[in-house]
Amino acid sequence: MNELVNSFMTGPDEKGRFGDFGGRFVSETLMPLILELQERYDHAKTDQSFWDEMNFLWKHYVGRPSPLYFAERLTERLGGAKVYMKRDELNHTGAHKINNVLGQIILARRMGKTRIIAETGAGQHGVATATVCAKFGLKCVVYMGAHDVERQQPNVFRMRLLGAEVIPVTSGRGTLKDAMNDALRDWVTNVRDTFYCIGTVAGPHPYPAMVRDFQSIIGKEVREQMHEAEGRLPDTIIAAIGGGSNAMGLFHPFLDDKEVSIIGVEAGGKGVNDKMEHCASLTGGRPGVLHGNRTYLLQDEDGQILEGFSISAGLDYPGIGPEHAWLHEIGRAQYVAITDVEALAAFQLCCETEGIIPALEPSHALAHVMKIAPELPKDHIICMNMCGRGDKDIYTVAKAFGFDMS
Amino acid sequence: MTRIDATFAKLKAEGRRAFVSYIMAGDPDVETSLELMKGLPAAGVDIIELGLPFTDPMADGPTIQEAGQRALAGGMTLQKTLDMVAEFRKGDDTTPVVLMGYYNPIYSRGVDRFLADARTAGIDGLIIVDLPPEEDDELCIPAGRAGLNFIRLATPTTDDKRLPTVLQNTSGFVYYVSITGITGAAVAQAVDVAPEVARIQKAASLPVIVGFGIRTPETAREIAGVADGCVVGSAIVAEMAKGRPVDEVLAFVASLAEGAHSA
Repeated sequence: MNELVNSFMTGPDEKGRFGDFGGRFVSETLMPLILELQERYDHAKTDQSFWDEMNFLWKHYVGRPSPLYFAERLTERLGGAKVYMKRDELNHTGAHKINNVLGQIILARRMGKTRIIAETGAGQHGVATATVCAKFGLKCVVYMGAHDVERQQPNVFRMRLLGAEVIPVTSGRGTLKDAMNDALRDWVTNVRDTFYCIGTVAGPHPYPAMVRDFQSIIGKEVREQMHEAEGRLPDTIIAAIGGGSNAMGLFHPFLDDKEVSIIGVEAGGKGVNDKMEHCASLTGGRPGVLHGNRTYLLQDEDGQILEGFSISAGLDYPGIGPEHAWLHEIGRAQYVAITDVEALAAFQLCCETEGIIPALEPSHALAHVMKIAPELPKDHIICMNMCGRGDKDIYTVAKAFGFDMS
Repeated sequence: MTRIDATFAKLKAEGRRAFVSYIMAGDPDVETSLELMKGLPAAGVDIIELGLPFTDPMADGPTIQEAGQRALAGGMTLQKTLDMVAEFRKGDDTTPVVLMGYYNPIYSRGVDRFLADARTAGIDGLIIVDLPPEEDDELCIPAGRAGLNFIRLATPTTDDKRLPTVLQNTSGFVYYVSITGITGAAVAQAVDVAPEVARIQKAASLPVIVGFGIRTPETAREIAGVADGCVVGSAIVAEMAKGRPVDEVLAFVASLAEGAHSA
């Protein structure tokens, strides 16, 4: 009993709170839908047939378990800690996003919903949603900021190939938060047949907990695989954070292992300064309420939400999942920021030393590995989450390196 | 008794339905929106809903989104919105003013400080779209203690089982949202709205006012006819967006008020 009380893994409470964060800050029209979702999810997560279906598709459709890979040349180059990569970029559709989408769509089917909506930033969640909808023959509508549509053309085309309708969002500055606003506006309009498949550990309760539960397959596999490889747990686990779903998936199964240090890496953009040219909600923001939950937000002194800035469309979000906000406040996890320039250097190093083209999102996590690994002893084990592959980013990176692809 | 309660008591005594109009504070600038606000009671408006601009108005359609963006671009803030109400109160001590918006600007200021400032400015009630009954401890209950009405939205998805929860801490009036959707979208249908309003009136001891999807004097009359009154927002804000002079917008408001009052 005492152990339970001291656990970091029991949240959220019945009001959907992690400490003071989380909650259900939505309009009345959506509230009954969210309560129904919670009830159906609570039922599904204790239903073995639900997990049987998940496990079957994770194995045969997604390709799980993803490998845990010892990055030998990178480790040598850095000259310190041993660096492992959790290869979630090898999943079908190229990122961790599909872990969660499968869970939500199986749930949506059980609830009799026929139309799926999603928001997307880099397009990875949109592609994963379009993919699973195609597989099950469901109608799929993806909201994507007009600015992101421009910088992520390959993913836009992928979604359209998969039969999804991609709606460019022009409200606000046309990035991920605006796409989420328009997805919520769609949901409030189409309450009867539509399921909102949120791509990260944010939004009103039960989304942060539900998405975390689906993504926790990452951390659970790492525990087993690390035991097999090294006979023990890693010393440090590191993941990139936009909304924070790949990070929460890696972190959650390790929260009660106090010897494991946990580091989340936010997008520092051009640097965490008072010009707010970054997306580091924890490092440079303060608590507020947006998109159904209380969490750390980039906002001005009047509580107006600010637009983040990052070279990575997948991290370009002014908030962060409420469980991260809580882990930050209680000090169980440490959160740092990495700039665009540092992430690009990590991107390049990963290509050259390991033959892996990483997405810009995990390049942020890798950049922090590059900072700390050289100072750590050779028997220190780091595991970073390689949560996405970089094919979608080659145009952005080429531009940043001054390479003309036209 | 708040100004809202007094207004409904008076309307009831006169056998009239309420006409409520929404305008965005600071759209396109403080001076113009204050001029519009000051003209509303003479145009027949019984209760003023004053929109507090927010960067991410998730329940609003493009018309009100853009009005909020214009206001914010013009430097509108929560403080300037409160100042605007205080200025309005210098010439009008009877027309109720309800602040309508989203929670974050209020949370950012601090709930207690906000409530004290709102009272002082002369605000009578609050409609905060993203605070359902499940989050009543945040603002609804403190607002009641501070003497402000907290007006709750009931919607087509609020079933009989949920209705008591929605009504529990509501005061002033109940705002029935006529459609599932965002502001300024579909057209409200009296035939759909009537049974829902009757259902809420049976459960609530408060007036039921219907909003969303009302943009002509005819619809205002039809909808007010099956409720205790109606709200028009986007249609008025859209007139402002066209850059029309305030007196012309007020003439349009007067035609809507006449529609509602003829019910």
